[in-house]
Amino acid sequence: MATQQQLENFRQDVAAWLQANKPADPGFLLPQSFMEVGSEQQLDFLREWQYKLWSAGYLGMAWPSEYGGQGAEPVFQSIADKEMSRAAVPIAFNVIGLGWAGPLINDVGTEEEKSLYLKGILTGEDIWCQGFSEPDHGSDLGSAQCRAERDGDEYVINGSKIWTTMGNYAKYMILLARTNPNAARKYDGLSFFLSPMKVPGIDPQPIRKLTGEYGFTQTYFNDARIPASCLMGEEGKGWQLAMQTLQYERGAEAGAAGGLSMVRIAFEDMIESLQGKQRDGSEVLQDPVVRDELMQLLIEDKAISIGEKRAHIGALNNDFRMALPLSTKLRWTEHARRMRQAAVRLQGSDGGLYVQDPDAVQGGFWQRAYMQSFSATIGGGTSQVQANIIAEHVLGLPK
Amino acid sequence: MDFGKTQISFSEEQAMLLDAAQGMCADLSPIDQVRSLLEDDKGYDENAWRQMVDMGWTGLALPESSGGSDFGLGALVPLFESLGKSLLTTPLMSTVLAGECLRRTGDVGAHAFLEQIAAGAKATVAFVETDDWGAQHLDTRIEAGRLQGSKRHVADAADADIIVIPAMSEGTKVLAVLSGNQIDAACRSKHDVLDATRRAQSITLDIAEADVTVIAGDVDRALEETQLIGALLVAAESTGAAVSCLNTVVDYLKTRKQFGKLIGSYQALKHPSVDILCAIESSKSLIYQAATELHSDKLSRDARIACHMAKSKASETLMFAGDRAVQFHGGMGFTYECDAQLYLRRGLWAQQAFGDPMHHRKRLAALILDAE
Repeated sequence: MATQQQLENFRQDVAAWLQANKPADPGFLLPQSFMEVGSEQQLDFLREWQYKLWSAGYLGMAWPSEYGGQGAEPVFQSIADKEMSRAAVPIAFNVIGLGWAGPLINDVGTEEEKSLYLKGILTGEDIWCQGFSEPDHGSDLGSAQCRAERDGDEYVINGSKIWTTMGNYAKYMILLARTNPNAARKYDGLSFFLSPMKVPGIDPQPIRKLTGEYGFTQTYFNDARIPASCLMGEEGKGWQLAMQTLQYERGAEAGAAGGLSMVRIAFEDMIESLQGKQRDGSEVLQDPVVRDELMQLLIEDKAISIGEKRAHIGALNNDFRMALPLSTKLRWTEHARRMRQAAVRLQGSDGGLYVQDPDAVQGGFWQRAYMQSFSATIGGGTSQVQANIIAEHVLGLPK
Repeated sequence: MDFGKTQISFSEEQAMLLDAAQGMCADLSPIDQVRSLLEDDKGYDENAWRQMVDMGWTGLALPESSGGSDFGLGALVPLFESLGKSLLTTPLMSTVLAGECLRRTGDVGAHAFLEQIAAGAKATVAFVETDDWGAQHLDTRIEAGRLQGSKRHVADAADADIIVIPAMSEGTKVLAVLSGNQIDAACRSKHDVLDATRRAQSITLDIAEADVTVIAGDVDRALEETQLIGALLVAAESTGAAVSCLNTVVDYLKTRKQFGKLIGSYQALKHPSVDILCAIESSKSLIYQAATELHSDKLSRDARIACHMAKSKASETLMFAGDRAVQFHGGMGFTYECDAQLYLRRGLWAQQAFGDPMHHRKRLAALILDAE
């Protein structure tokens, strides 16, 4: 176990390195999260940054050293991640690899899979994407219909996946496909593949988002043949592996390689964006109506943060058990959406400008951020579905 | 930019207190008992008060040297949350605040009163003369040998053994302390309080200076800090009341059928119920974070931020819960018989007590946004 002193020394080292190596503004729009990488220019920039982070030893620290990691205690990576957030450096873009596929391969993969895939994830050379959601099964993953049929040494894939982040750049996909449409339980018909993307019959079509940016694709499979060795684990056990990938979201301590997946957007950043702005001839931050709204937002911001800590105090969770864990996603995402909406509204006339305009506040950062916020209020179960879940599971209301 | 702390701690002792308080409040104050006291002149059960004194609740935050248990102000939050949950009202809040106000002056003359309070004397502070919780100015004064003036919204004044009167004396603020029997009936007028579980009076004063005890010291700060603590206690009470209010709503949604279905299955009722729940969770986090920051000495910036946030959020939460509770009970909700009105009236009363949500956000904004 590392001592407090060792950890503190390490923290200072990371902070100093980030300070010295944080890339300058490239002069073009950088994505606010890994879900908006839409140009070669952005991709090259982010790839170079991730490689630099890994070379310096601040990525994949807790992964085994024979596969590009350092075999260090996860706490070191957590500290590095916190410092990256504090220093507001660019994201480590290969998120599906670093946070989903990689930890899964590391935990349950074969020796061959580990040596084949892990290092390329860390260096950023091999981009990974995820094929879980389907156009007709947004919130209901277990009903996925994309087919994988065994044919000799190959599987033949037919169907489509949607919201594939970086599908057009990815070399590999973690793919959930149906190998047995007749299984008694729908979950038992699913299998998990580490599939190549650059094969005939796989066609990722970019989807343009409401912000005007790209980053997602819809991925079509048309008699695409992949080697049977791409099957991970056993046939019919795909659901368990898919569920296991979700647990790595909790960060380095849970097995993820580390790095930022999105730009941190906090309440104080909004206040910063309003400093010195005028409204009705005086400072907007002195306007009583504006101040009241800002305080409402801050109160909710703090309440949700405190709630994350209160969730661990049993005696303070007896009235409505499970309310905090089940409502955190709903509350954070809805709060972020409201806060960003306010940040745009408070810009005055500049609130009407967008990213290409030289007068746009912070290059249209808040306009983009607000529109992006719907990815969180819709993705991973819409707020309305979340509210149904809470009503039924916490309050016990009938379906 | 520093928005105050998010740390939260809750000791074993506090957890035990919460557990004991909830059990006792539920026993002492089933909803029929709450209703039986609504039109009662006294408004509370003397037996309930006795039990609280026996449990040491009046001296919970007072120092041991005054006969208290020195548990800290943080212990009062679980207590008042429990009282709010059972809509159990006694002179406890007035008494605790009177003790806190006297103690915070730092005047040694306060000691004797603190001992009486810890031993079970009922006490109250006459905080306001007008409708403005933020007013600093006092018309009540000690002049030419007499204490003269008038006070409004004096909580639990009818039964108070000790009445603390903020007044001006030779240009500075002091606390004039009287015993209840020094104010005769002609000088008292009972308020018709919207929350019928509470009692308050307006009083007029014309008493010889020689008959009052004058407490000096840091009276401005003592009053200001005590009002902020009062705001937190009302926030804790409101959070507890909101929990019961939501439970009342949910019980109805699970039993009432319309158009062949339990009405709780309709999303139009489900989703706002979840909004109430989320607001309660926020309020609860904020009141217990404030409890973590409150100490017996001067209120820190973090403690002030926490109290302002807690009162703003908890007041809005109970108003929202009470308002929707009436609506979701349909025609039944419009009746006096339906318990929804009890929570709605508590919400209407509580939102103004010790300053409404905007009052607290205004002060919060000054702490957060303006240079120190």
